[in-house]
Amino acid sequence: MFRQLSLPLVLLALLALAAVCMAMMVGSASLSVGDVWAVVRGEGEGLARTMVLDLRLPRALSAFAVGGLLAVAGALMQVLLRNPLADPYVLGLSGGASIGALGAMLAGVGGVLMSGSAFAGALFSTFLVFGLAHGRGGWTPSRLLLTGVVIAAGWGAVITLMLALSPAERLPGMLYWLMGDLSYARTPWPPLLLLVAICLALVPLGRNLNVLARGPQQAAALGVDVRPLEWGIYVLASVLTAAAVTTAGSIGFVGLVIPHMLRLLLGNDQRLILPACALAGGTLLVLADTLARTIIAPEQLPVGVITALLGVPTFLLLLYRSR
Amino acid sequence: MSRLATQDLIIDVPGREGGTPLNFTVEPGQSWGVLGPNGAGKTTLLHTLAGLKPPRSGLIALADNPLASLRRRHIAQALGVVFQDRQDGFPATVLETALIGRHPYLSPWQMEGADDVARAERALERLDVAHLRDRLVNTLSGGERQRVAIATVVTQGPAIWLADEPTNHLDLHHQSAVMALMAEQAREGQAVMMCLHDLNLAARWCDHILLLYPNGDACWGPRENMLVPSALESLYQQRLAVVDVEGAPVFVPVKG
Repeated sequence: MFRQLSLPLVLLALLALAAVCMAMMVGSASLSVGDVWAVVRGEGEGLARTMVLDLRLPRALSAFAVGGLLAVAGALMQVLLRNPLADPYVLGLSGGASIGALGAMLAGVGGVLMSGSAFAGALFSTFLVFGLAHGRGGWTPSRLLLTGVVIAAGWGAVITLMLALSPAERLPGMLYWLMGDLSYARTPWPPLLLLVAICLALVPLGRNLNVLARGPQQAAALGVDVRPLEWGIYVLASVLTAAAVTTAGSIGFVGLVIPHMLRLLLGNDQRLILPACALAGGTLLVLADTLARTIIAPEQLPVGVITALLGVPTFLLLLYRSR
Repeated sequence: MSRLATQDLIIDVPGREGGTPLNFTVEPGQSWGVLGPNGAGKTTLLHTLAGLKPPRSGLIALADNPLASLRRRHIAQALGVVFQDRQDGFPATVLETALIGRHPYLSPWQMEGADDVARAERALERLDVAHLRDRLVNTLSGGERQRVAIATVVTQGPAIWLADEPTNHLDLHHQSAVMALMAEQAREGQAVMMCLHDLNLAARWCDHILLLYPNGDACWGPRENMLVPSALESLYQQRLAVVDVEGAPVFVPVKG
């Protein structure tokens, strides 16, 4: 049993490592494997050292963390709502974060304040959706999903309004943020540590989630305390998404495509799917970001465009070929 | 011993006055059939007994402890439920589905061991679905899924069985096989209670019967006392003819 679970994870980890190495080699000036290896060993000359350690590695690690967080959050939301189409963004989270971030940009503040504002927006949206979906009597998956979709549409309108009213010189920055851009990422450590912590915390919860995927009544009959678990997953997925959005703007598709792709390949055991999501989501975003900053170098593309362009055809192909 | 007892229990069926307070005990070794027309509250009764739905009033005791005071995990180690409908938005394989029955016994950090897998495989064999072990449950027929659901509870191995129409979707042979399995569970000392639509299965396989009327009235007792044609006719609002087959009464609806 254990061996069954670990082989795909080892392969995905190797893939992730390869992606990060490639991200360090590729860019405005290419480095060879040898150059990167030298820097990693603590040798190497000045320019390569700066490029790898100060620019490319932090950015690659940020991309990895953000991709992993989004994929894990997506997988959690899908189990919670028992709907493979659920995704933290569908539930209005990124909309709330965008309002926070754009508001901060309009007010002319940046840096930590902007991140904080995006984080607050995401959490506000989370509790708004959950509170409204709860209403009188408990919430059901379909009610939560519908409330989220409607609130996301509302945020969409507010975002368009903000863009329409903004001075022209601020527009490019705002648009890039909305499409996801890792050049906003400063230090990779907070999201990366969060990702590792979450993966460890989810190990003992994995089988509970497997049972929950069979419906709340079946889960309760098999000894799961359903309500606390559902609350926990919702808050957890929200915090993960908020952290990801705060680091790199709103990047779509990772949370939807990666869990689904892995389910088609690896089955439905959450104990395998969740860590696999962290690795594969991270890998996808590292690759996408490497492409985003090289395709039209020295200009950069928003990474959200690349994830969608890579994700859509892969997803459709897998779906088409699955039973 | 694990018995399931109710004390002045009134189940919560929306829009219904209280009805008869239920005071019965399902003892180890007994096999109870719950009969009643559509909407009489059979499923509600079963879910209430499993602690999945709060009663309107009254108490349920599992092995002499009030059910409401027990942790879900503790309840799941003693009591298994076969549900009437099941969700598989994220389908697992047949073996994985049966293995989930071990969930109440495993600690959060534990993986299923070889003995758990062996247990699940024996259960699948018992229900005649071992050849499907690597298939995804959403690719199975209704009857096969029903048998996998029962195999999950066999893997769980509870002292008390609550089964909501365990013969749903099953062909004639597998209906008998499942009823024989339930009877075997009772013989081995488990307490079994099941909702049934088929009067004749209840008449043949259950030793106790509970009749549940749409207005909330109920009566219960040993099979011989309960299978009175006039009572059953008023239960289902249907005229019945009775014939005797292999020493058990068989009820057949007649026209008019």
